[in-house]
Amino acid sequence: MVTKLPKVDVVTTGMGWTGGIVAAELTKAGYKVVGLERGVERSIEDYLHGHDELKYNVRKELMQKLTKDTITFRNTLDDEAKPVRDEGALVVGTGTGGGGAHWGGQTYRYFPYDFEIRSKTIEKYGESKIPEGVTIQDWGITYDEIEPYYSKFEQMAGISGEVDPLAGPRSIDYPTPPLKKLQQMKMFHEAAENLGYHPFVVPTANVSEAYTNPDGQTLNACQYCSFCGSYGCEYGAKADPIVTVIPTAKKTGNFELRTHSLVTRVLYDGTKVTGVLYKDTRTGEEFEQPADVVVLTSYIFNNVRLLLLSGIGEQYNPKTGKGMIGKNYTDHHTITGAIGYFEEKKFNSYIGTGSLGSAYNDFNADNFDHSNLDFIHGGQIEMHLFGNEPIANNPVPMGTPNWGKEFKKNSLHYYYRTLSVVSQRAILPHKNHYLDLDPTYTDDNGDPLIRVTFDYTDHDHKRNEFLVGKCEELVKEMGADIVDTIPMAEHFGGRFTFQHDGGGVIMGDSPKNSAVNNYMQMWDVDNLFVCGASAFPHFGPTNPTPTMAALTYRATEGIIEFLKNGGGQLITPKN
Amino acid sequence: MSEQEKKSPILDKRSSRRTFIKNSGLTVGGLVLGGALGSLIGGKTETSTHTAGNETSHTTIDYSDTRLFFVRQKDFEALSAATELIYPEDDNGPGAVALGAPYFIDKQLASPWGTNADDYRKGPFKKGEVPLNNSEIFLQGVRKLNEVAEKEHDGTLFKDLTEEQQIAILTSFQNGEVEIELVSSAVFFSSLRAATLQGCFSDPLYGGNKDMAGWKMKEFPGAQMSYTSYLDKEEFVLIEPISLGGHKH
Repeated sequence: MVTKLPKVDVVTTGMGWTGGIVAAELTKAGYKVVGLERGVERSIEDYLHGHDELKYNVRKELMQKLTKDTITFRNTLDDEAKPVRDEGALVVGTGTGGGGAHWGGQTYRYFPYDFEIRSKTIEKYGESKIPEGVTIQDWGITYDEIEPYYSKFEQMAGISGEVDPLAGPRSIDYPTPPLKKLQQMKMFHEAAENLGYHPFVVPTANVSEAYTNPDGQTLNACQYCSFCGSYGCEYGAKADPIVTVIPTAKKTGNFELRTHSLVTRVLYDGTKVTGVLYKDTRTGEEFEQPADVVVLTSYIFNNVRLLLLSGIGEQYNPKTGKGMIGKNYTDHHTITGAIGYFEEKKFNSYIGTGSLGSAYNDFNADNFDHSNLDFIHGGQIEMHLFGNEPIANNPVPMGTPNWGKEFKKNSLHYYYRTLSVVSQRAILPHKNHYLDLDPTYTDDNGDPLIRVTFDYTDHDHKRNEFLVGKCEELVKEMGADIVDTIPMAEHFGGRFTFQHDGGGVIMGDSPKNSAVNNYMQMWDVDNLFVCGASAFPHFGPTNPTPTMAALTYRATEGIIEFLKNGGGQLITPKN
Repeated sequence: MSEQEKKSPILDKRSSRRTFIKNSGLTVGGLVLGGALGSLIGGKTETSTHTAGNETSHTTIDYSDTRLFFVRQKDFEALSAATELIYPEDDNGPGAVALGAPYFIDKQLASPWGTNADDYRKGPFKKGEVPLNNSEIFLQGVRKLNEVAEKEHDGTLFKDLTEEQQIAILTSFQNGEVEIELVSSAVFFSSLRAATLQGCFSDPLYGGNKDMAGWKMKEFPGAQMSYTSYLDKEEFVLIEPISLGGHKH
């Protein structure tokens, strides 16, 4: 028996960044919002005993457990997918804060090139430059159009940063100064400048000084304690929905948070959605929550899955190219680069934050000429000082066995004598990479799991090889005695460990090329909005949160307009 | 390297204990001593057994050195010997056994992790997948260590082989060359290696990294709350470690 609850203006499915932003903006505008969250409610008190590498970094305490629900994975259309079974192999947030509880807080913007990647590539190099099978498209929004929303996110989250000279123009400075430059970062900057590049201190949500945001929420100064990415911050020094947007929503009196509430269906009558069906994960009791507007705010896998399970939109078919749901799935997990071993240096590498470090973008986007290169786009060259944790960090030069006497000796010797320079790079979509429902495996409710079909393409390998070379170049310039490069495996092995996935409900300027418009409103269903990196037509070169959050801020403007107008499509599709 | 010099008295004591264990193992053989020898191998706190002299009347028993998962003595002894090969005692400091890694692993196998409580376990398990849970993998793995040792070396248990013989067997496990039912020996090895390092370097609250000796050896400061005083230091700063048990909330 399903208990039908009183109707509200807006219901969200998950209370991480996207759900939190929707709740804050809509309740401030006077609308009643119910936030459904499958996990628990957290406060920073939950993080007081949190400096525990085994519990949080190895066993992933803050992440979704896979007992009841996971995804399946295969490389090609001909393979049989297997479930991702090991909790360490699928990192997806759960509980209030979601991914925003355990994120490291790196907050780069994507480049103007990203939003118009197809047009700009064709304009400069001709259509033949786009590799076969690569389904890039313009996003239906330009950098100039998204810029105010990036700024809004940065002001809300207190971002500490230094302006990247090669990034798109900014309307307003970062609200707080960059984190301090440690010795290793000074070396990075000097080496990069020697080579003629343009380094900057990584922008971050680990805020450098106490900051009160425009909603009146205060973040505290980061302590560089190193228990950051994979951990919650007990100081409230990392922007997290539980110390920013969720309390803002609560303060209005218009917000109701319901935890242990797993949304299982969006209720769809063929033209519009009427609410959601959800289940109390403790009792199994089912509820219907009617709403004027439904906003999907879970991670991309669940956003896509809820649409497919609810019969909304058409499943993408890689053989015919028809259908939009599940299209252009990209996984942006693999980090490759170069490791330098320094005999004469010993760094205080126990110091760190989830995003302390330096980077440059001379080989990112179309910031360099690709005329004589056999790939498009690029990646960021970056060094991170996360704080070397002792279980995860046992660095040994290539050729050292990974156990035994020599391993022990070298791993102790080099523990504070290594630096890694890595490249996060764009991952472009391919016609054969997509999401659909698995034919075999189900969750605890008996509903099919999401199936991921994904592999590296030749084109990804070429881009990667180029960027690894650039990482190596920098590590050598920094004066390392030994330089090892980290290669990319030939095939993607199915470890989804960075919570960087994109696509599946992509945005664009027409229902012919996308599932949602640039307000994240479904083309086919006016009162359903789908927020998250699920809207990314390709995965840009860096961490997704700022772009995802910016698009969500734009969506909230659209939802408010929609509610004021009493319905309707917000965008006229282009042909 | 002044840190290492400071530790040398402890190192001497540990080395001699280890030598003692190895020798006793060799002379006594596999089955006889059971619990008594096992408790020594497991690194029960520096008892007065062989460093008598000044501690005769005061023996401390560390009750955390008690097994939750492993029942058979020789299973646990094979585990202990294998962890020590992976992270051996040397001039830098204690190895896996002295750090309590075998007891750490024993407790982990008895924890939700041992039964893969947070993993997806629905079938069917397809080719290449491991249908066993972690505790089953470890139990089969350590028994196989003894089985191979006994087969290749005239009935000698793994713990009683020479280091060279032990390394040869463990390497064949790492290379996936040993048949274990429903799991590759490489998967077992990889899990054993990971668990051993966890036992050496996790917070002491889990039973390994005894007295934070793993952290001290690695010069890792542990569960510190802030490093803001050290941000501009160009030289390495050695900070005494603190564990979660040392926090006062």
